[in-house]
Amino acid sequence: MLDTPIPNAKELPFVSQRQRKRWKLVFPRSIKPFATNWRRWTAMGVPTLLLIAGLVWWLGGEEDSFRAHEQRLRVNSGPDGTAPVTLDTTLYLPDRAGSEHRVPAVLLAHGFGGTKRSVTDEAERLATAGYAVMTWSARGFGASSGRVHLNHPDYEVNDARQLIDVLAAREDIALDSRGDPRVAAAGASYGGALALLLAGYDQRVDAVVPQITWNDLSRAFFPNTASDTADPTHTAQRGVFKAAWAGALFGNNALRAPVSVASEGGSSDVDGAADPTCDRLAAEICQLYLDSATTGQASERTTQLLQLSSPASILGRISAPTLLLQGTQDTLFPLSEADANARGIARAGTPVKVAWFTGGHDAGPPSAGELDRLRSLTDEWLSYYLTDYGRRDKGVHPDTSFSYSQASGVNVAQPGVRTLSYTAPRYPGLGGVGAPQELRLTGAPQQVANPPDGTPAALSSLPGLGALFTAAEGLADSVPGITGIDREINGQHARFQSPRLSRATTVVGAPEARLRIWSENGSAVLFAKLYDLDERGGAQLVGNAAAPLRLTDLSSTQADARPVSVTLPAMAHTFDAGHRLLLVVATADQAFRGPTEPARYGIALPDTGAGEGTDISLPSVPVRADAVDNVEWRIALGGAVAVVLVSIVVAMIATRWHRRRGERVVEPELAQTPLAVRELSKTYRDGFGRDSFVAVRGMSFTVEADQVVGLLGPNGAGKTTTLRMLLGLISPTSGAGLIFGHRVEPGASVLSDVGALVEGPGFLPHLSGRENLELYWRATGRPNEDSRMAQVLEIAALGEAIDRKARTYSHGMKQRLAIAQAMLGMPRLLMLDEPTDGLDPPQIAAMRSVLQHYATEGRAVLVSSHLLAEVEQTCSHIVVMHQGRGIAAGPVADVIGASPSVLFEVSETERATQLLRVLPGVTGVESSDEGLVVTLQRARSEVVAELVAAGIAVERVVPRRRLEDAFLALVASNSTADSGTANSGTANDSTPLAAGSGVGGSA
Amino acid sequence: MSAQRESVAKDTSGPAEVQGGEVRRYRAGATLSVRTELVRQLRRRRSQIAAGLAMIVPLLLVVAFEFGSSSGSSSNEQDSAYDGLVDTATAGGLNFALFTLVAASFLLLVLVGLLFGDTVASEASWGSLRYLLTAPVPRSKLLSSKWAVSVISSVGLILLLVGTALAVGTAVYGWHPLALPTGSDLPTGTALPRLGAIAGYIGVSFLPIAGLAFLLSVSIDSPIGAVGGAVMFHIVTQIFSVISALGVVREILPSFYSEAWLGLLTTPVQTEEMTKGALVALVYATAFFSVAWWRFHTKDILS
Repeated sequence: MLDTPIPNAKELPFVSQRQRKRWKLVFPRSIKPFATNWRRWTAMGVPTLLLIAGLVWWLGGEEDSFRAHEQRLRVNSGPDGTAPVTLDTTLYLPDRAGSEHRVPAVLLAHGFGGTKRSVTDEAERLATAGYAVMTWSARGFGASSGRVHLNHPDYEVNDARQLIDVLAAREDIALDSRGDPRVAAAGASYGGALALLLAGYDQRVDAVVPQITWNDLSRAFFPNTASDTADPTHTAQRGVFKAAWAGALFGNNALRAPVSVASEGGSSDVDGAADPTCDRLAAEICQLYLDSATTGQASERTTQLLQLSSPASILGRISAPTLLLQGTQDTLFPLSEADANARGIARAGTPVKVAWFTGGHDAGPPSAGELDRLRSLTDEWLSYYLTDYGRRDKGVHPDTSFSYSQASGVNVAQPGVRTLSYTAPRYPGLGGVGAPQELRLTGAPQQVANPPDGTPAALSSLPGLGALFTAAEGLADSVPGITGIDREINGQHARFQSPRLSRATTVVGAPEARLRIWSENGSAVLFAKLYDLDERGGAQLVGNAAAPLRLTDLSSTQADARPVSVTLPAMAHTFDAGHRLLLVVATADQAFRGPTEPARYGIALPDTGAGEGTDISLPSVPVRADAVDNVEWRIALGGAVAVVLVSIVVAMIATRWHRRRGERVVEPELAQTPLAVRELSKTYRDGFGRDSFVAVRGMSFTVEADQVVGLLGPNGAGKTTTLRMLLGLISPTSGAGLIFGHRVEPGASVLSDVGALVEGPGFLPHLSGRENLELYWRATGRPNEDSRMAQVLEIAALGEAIDRKARTYSHGMKQRLAIAQAMLGMPRLLMLDEPTDGLDPPQIAAMRSVLQHYATEGRAVLVSSHLLAEVEQTCSHIVVMHQGRGIAAGPVADVIGASPSVLFEVSETERATQLLRVLPGVTGVESSDEGLVVTLQRARSEVVAELVAAGIAVERVVPRRRLEDAFLALVASNSTADSGTANSGTANDSTPLAAGSGVGGSA
Repeated sequence: MSAQRESVAKDTSGPAEVQGGEVRRYRAGATLSVRTELVRQLRRRRSQIAAGLAMIVPLLLVVAFEFGSSSGSSSNEQDSAYDGLVDTATAGGLNFALFTLVAASFLLLVLVGLLFGDTVASEASWGSLRYLLTAPVPRSKLLSSKWAVSVISSVGLILLLVGTALAVGTAVYGWHPLALPTGSDLPTGTALPRLGAIAGYIGVSFLPIAGLAFLLSVSIDSPIGAVGGAVMFHIVTQIFSVISALGVVREILPSFYSEAWLGLLTTPVQTEEMTKGALVALVYATAFFSVAWWRFHTKDILS
């Protein structure tokens, strides 16, 4: 089918209507601006507010800004207070601090091998919380001068006391009294011990928060957990040297100058260089390590020195409330160290609170969840004991409850483990609350060998390296295949196990068991470990910890062996139901220095009345689980769900209300008028909201009942846009269409009385034609009996093909099915866009007849077409569109003009002209290029007969299209207005519109 | 043709339900019911392929586990949670179903994106959208039915996958307690609801993608574009959510909590991350669905 060439083709808006544009919301302003805005608000506003509120909640929270002041401070320390040392300090000072607003301070000490920079994060956090935070590199570390004295009271502690003096002299630090600033001491490990010692030696300290630190350094490095009934007191001389940890700490590279290959400056004076053995360690500390590592024993002097650096010596003097945070994965300073500190401080009547967390020297940094917990505990403590708000006003008195945490799985959101925490009202010590649960261990007496020189040895923990593995594994367990049960050496360890647990058992504290041990040489060093054995045989060494036992005065035979009580490492661990406890007693452990001589020991369980066996006592603490979820999150989720539900309900009500309001817009005088179009305009906008082109401008026409109205115009004239507006598919920029008096809007229910074919058929390709129609009717929600399916299927005339899938249809078949679909339910108005597209001539003729018959009984049909002949032959009325405007409307005859003319092609033009001029009923004859244009008042056939009778051959008789002429004339008078380019040829240049269309061809 | 003409011409009574300009027997609320839309969608080849995939994947995984080499999976890899699920996948039907659900979660995501992304766009590309709207199906009704059908199909798809995996896994590996990657077991009575909850959470975590796919579906007329756009969004946010330098911004990305269901594999269950994840998903989904709703209501239907 030939598309009609259009004058001014380039001017016409040929941009595809599928082109993506950001159509702006364009409702006729006069109709319902309020409803529109309201709907928009509910749709957009509520969720947007929700989003913003969520974001603010997430990211918000006011914080103090602060500034960091770096300073090298010179202090005089040493036994007589005269040895100068330079400390590299940084003071983090909140911006609001000043003489008007004095702030409390925190001395934040770093760990062994670190510098003041190691604690930057925590310092900044505390500074944003409003504290002045003093950090410094301890003597011997970082840029500070001096040598490491292991928190010696005369050195490190003295240094810190002078830092308190510095704080006391400042005008922006809160004071308790002159020279006594409001200050807390905090730190982890090396820094934690310093905090405790400082609080013991300096009563100006108002609160202490030590983490993972020691109570007695001599016990930490020379532990012995066997309590011999003969001598229950512990002395370091009888401990087992924790060689691996000592080496890891002593070997810390922070203590030595970096190794340099290049010998710059040519200095080859080896003797003048730094001491490679100890370098930054004080001489006596260096000697202490060398002695211990060589002998594996603590000398008197060593013990004295270590105890001087131990809070154990001054716990009774601490009056500052203390929050002790200790890790459950710590073979260097195990939970028992914090336990000793807590008991010592509490004995003096000072408030003390203990919390265990999942972490420690054997783990990496605490998981995010644990860090949050530690910080909230710290903040609560500091806030109450340091700030005026906490002290005098509404501060919540921190309880002295005890809490611990357990790893419960991989944390999915952040690296590290997920933990659950539990709280008990008070700290019970390592013996738990109440009588411990007793569990029977069984196992035959076993002989074990101590390897010569302690090698090979089991590997329980990886001092200094464990953090690497636990961080990578995500779970803070023993590293499979590297540590734990896989590294127990046969012949060097004895095993005793419990029956399967019938229910999960949580152990909080230090389990105890009794063993009988005999040795051929009268003494033994052994390592007791408690494994958690799961159903599949996997074993986890709880806390990676081994309890060393050094036993003397042992008998040499099993019969005489006396029971020894063994305290296993303290833990907070749950043995699941179905698991077993496995007690392993090994002769050598890589973390410790045992005896170097080979030896044989015997290990057996005590002989009870009911045969061999022992009860392992498992201490526990009644706790309540801390809320895992922040309740706020649940509330937030619940609130969000509620907001969404309410929004949906509101939107539904608004939609219904809007729809009902729309239904009421009826113009009664038009109730019988199928279609009235009033000043309909559509302006498409570009992406920036600017008007880009006008598709339809001011269309007005009426379709009355029983009319078949043709909407005629070239491609791009705006016919389809007009139809789409009349069907509520696109919103008019202005004007309105009224169907039976109802204003057309998107989804207006009056559309149920309209059948439509717009821009080609549209079917579900996977369904047959019949199913398509049936489902379409179901989609209208109207009763089946109203559909008139049978009649409509006849019109489609698809025969057998009606049950084939629609995707197999030809264009013509789809077109017929689409027209049938439009007629489903016999709507009173049909709007068909190019209905004959794709149909063959007989089908077109049939369709023409169908449409003409349809427009009866008050029904009407609106047909759009660019084919003049079709419109002329089908329609009773016509509306001509061009460039978006209606340029003519009325009955076809009126638009065309009255008398039809016919074009004759004949053999002898001259003779024919003469003959025709005299024939009756012929009112005009003109000659043209194509032939003779004859105006007739009688039947064409008679005239043809006359001509043939006269011997003139008639080759062709074609009705002369007056509509064409009329249309071209109309277009010519309308087209030039808004197009000034060269291509604005007149109608005369173009081919007649319907020429060659074949429709209604020769008569 | 003449016969048809007769039949139409003979019908002189006119539509009985229409009188005096009043339209009767049409109710906006009755148009395009969820059931009708379900029939329209379920008969599509893509629906059948999606369902087929959901049933075939568990079978393929069984075959892979049965015939694949079980050479020791080293635990050196970072993704320990996932490895744990692989290691325990053949411990029983519950384990297998859990593993299948997790392993196929991206497939499910794409399928859910497809269900939401092509529901309106495919109508637009077939040309049937304009006929539904002139039936007339009110736009809000069209969207709500299509949304409901997409939700129903998505839930069905997830259930189909998990159900098939559970059946196949139980047939091959037996009915045993759920072995957790951490070494302990969950009794079947506890594990089954947990599995359901995990599937539920995974479904909820698909909401933002579903919302975006739906928004794209009403915005563009190409189903492929809508699905592809939504999946691309997922991939981009996934990339962003592992860049820790983004800090707190990551926590408001929808894919940040995509593995929060692991909290259901611990005892007791940990739901904080899931709560946050559900909240984030809800906020995104609300935003996307609202914009989709608004856009479709104000849109000029040009397809």
